[in-house]
Amino acid sequence: MVAGTDGLVNVLAEVVRWLSDATRWSGTNGIPARLLEHIGYSIGATVIAMVIALPLAFWIGHTGRGGTLAVNVANVGRAIPTFGLILGAFVVFGLNLIPVYIALVLLAIPPILTNAYVGIREVDAEVREAAEGMGMTGAQVLARVEIPVAMPLIMTGIRTSAVQVVATATLAAFVGLGGLGRYLIDGLAQGVQFNVAARSMVIVGAALVALLAVLTEFLLDQLERIVVSSALHRERALGPAEPAESSNAPIVT
Amino acid sequence: MITFDGVTKRFPDGTVGVDSLTMEIAAGEVVVLVGPSGCGKTTTMRMVNRMISPTGGTLTVNGRDVMSVDPAELRRGIGYVIQQIGLFPHRTIGENIATVPQLCGWDKARTKMRVAELVDLVGLSDGVVDRFPHQLSGGQRQRAGVARALAADPPIMLMDEPFGAVDPIVRIRLQDEFLRLQATVHKTIVFVTHDIDEAIRMGDRIAIMSQGGHLEQMDTPAQLLAEPANDFVVDFLGAERGLKRLALIPVSEVKADPGPVVSPADSAARAASVAESAGTDWVVVVDDGVLQGWVPVDGLTSAVGDLTPREFATTVDANNSLRAALDAMITSQTGVAVRISKGRRYEGILTPELLSEEII
Repeated sequence: MVAGTDGLVNVLAEVVRWLSDATRWSGTNGIPARLLEHIGYSIGATVIAMVIALPLAFWIGHTGRGGTLAVNVANVGRAIPTFGLILGAFVVFGLNLIPVYIALVLLAIPPILTNAYVGIREVDAEVREAAEGMGMTGAQVLARVEIPVAMPLIMTGIRTSAVQVVATATLAAFVGLGGLGRYLIDGLAQGVQFNVAARSMVIVGAALVALLAVLTEFLLDQLERIVVSSALHRERALGPAEPAESSNAPIVT
Repeated sequence: MITFDGVTKRFPDGTVGVDSLTMEIAAGEVVVLVGPSGCGKTTTMRMVNRMISPTGGTLTVNGRDVMSVDPAELRRGIGYVIQQIGLFPHRTIGENIATVPQLCGWDKARTKMRVAELVDLVGLSDGVVDRFPHQLSGGQRQRAGVARALAADPPIMLMDEPFGAVDPIVRIRLQDEFLRLQATVHKTIVFVTHDIDEAIRMGDRIAIMSQGGHLEQMDTPAQLLAEPANDFVVDFLGAERGLKRLALIPVSEVKADPGPVVSPADSAARAASVAESAGTDWVVVVDDGVLQGWVPVDGLTSAVGDLTPREFATTVDANNSLRAALDAMITSQTGVAVRISKGRRYEGILTPELLSEEII
């Protein structure tokens, strides 16, 4: 067993030794390949979830019809353990990417759907009324007003889902597929108590997943700064409202 | 311009919002719809741009039945201002104002010029163009809302309690500006308010409505105040109907009384006889047409010039209202209002009797 500071130093030294082996950096079980697989699953699942959830959220948010039902149905997905779902889908679809995507997409849909729906619903009634009153069609109201105003929440949903998907995509390895989960499954299978290389593999796998999740959060946060109007940034929404009068010259007649 | 012919709005739950309303709104006039809450005034206004569809009768705008026109197209030709303004929070003020020109496919240069013109027209400073709505004061937001509604120069404007959300001082200022603006743009305006004083100030004509969208009376403010059609209208016009009417009539409408006028050179005896024939104990001193003031006759010994004339605290001119004249009367020891023109030239006096004759 590892114990104390010496133990930690030893473990790190083993990890560094494991990483310095050139075979870790090439081939189908190398870090770059596993990382790319993992990123691939994550992007794939998140994008599929967006393609399903966003139009649905926009439609129910815009029309105000079926919102509660849709959100509740989506949340049922959260109640089903993803691990169980993957195994179940594996039994039905066999050894391929379909079970993995089904599980990850079902995991990713609820946050995207709920946030986007709530974002659209919460656009002030008078803003919607003004948009319609000025002669925007329903589609224009949605595209030019509702979606941009809801964008902070839409992005929050996507970010939440993406980070969850990155963390959960490790499960792909349980059904014999790749990704960073391979290191966890294989390392654990070899027995981390006695096998130094296996322990290093598990640690590296876990660290890479965590790093990837943090990086996902960071990149999507940067993206949000670009796609959200500067008037709607969360910093402003959370902070005290700027005293409008003081920032302006007095009303001149 | 806008014609309601037996227009009815029955909501799906069976309540009648507007009941067989017939009225005509001419080009360039400001019609104020006023009434207690639930009287259907907002519903009436919102049917004009089909934010609410009539369920009976015919409503035509510019000769076209609103039900036969594409709603989006209809609305682009009608300016729309609501109480909460509804500026788009994610867009700058400039982008907000450019909304309808963009929908109508104007090019960038033309839109930009129009935005600059409107910012100026509604009295905003150029600096606000690049600001966001949350950075503006209530009054500035209101102006931006009006500018946005005027952007594509629609001949018709619908305004739903546009000044309801700002404080009373800013409201009066915005009302004045609105009237000045209307004098240059000449829009056909349907204006909704629950405030009868605002209606009297703003309207060329006022339509007083009661529960269920009944039109009780529609007329000019002066005519409504002079001849209210029924008890509902009387109640709604409220107390001080006479005062409200006086506020609407200019001093120039009343023929002023010449008054007990003397010149500084006149004798005390002459002043006494002028005062006596006018039934007063004072005389107005006018030198070569210019008002000097007034003197009490029992203070004079030999000539009017003995005493320095006392000043009238308040005077009125042709453009003041009779209400201002009444104010001058009650704050003067003489009990009359002196009317002058430019250069303090004396034009006569107004008495309480003259005001009463005017409004009875």
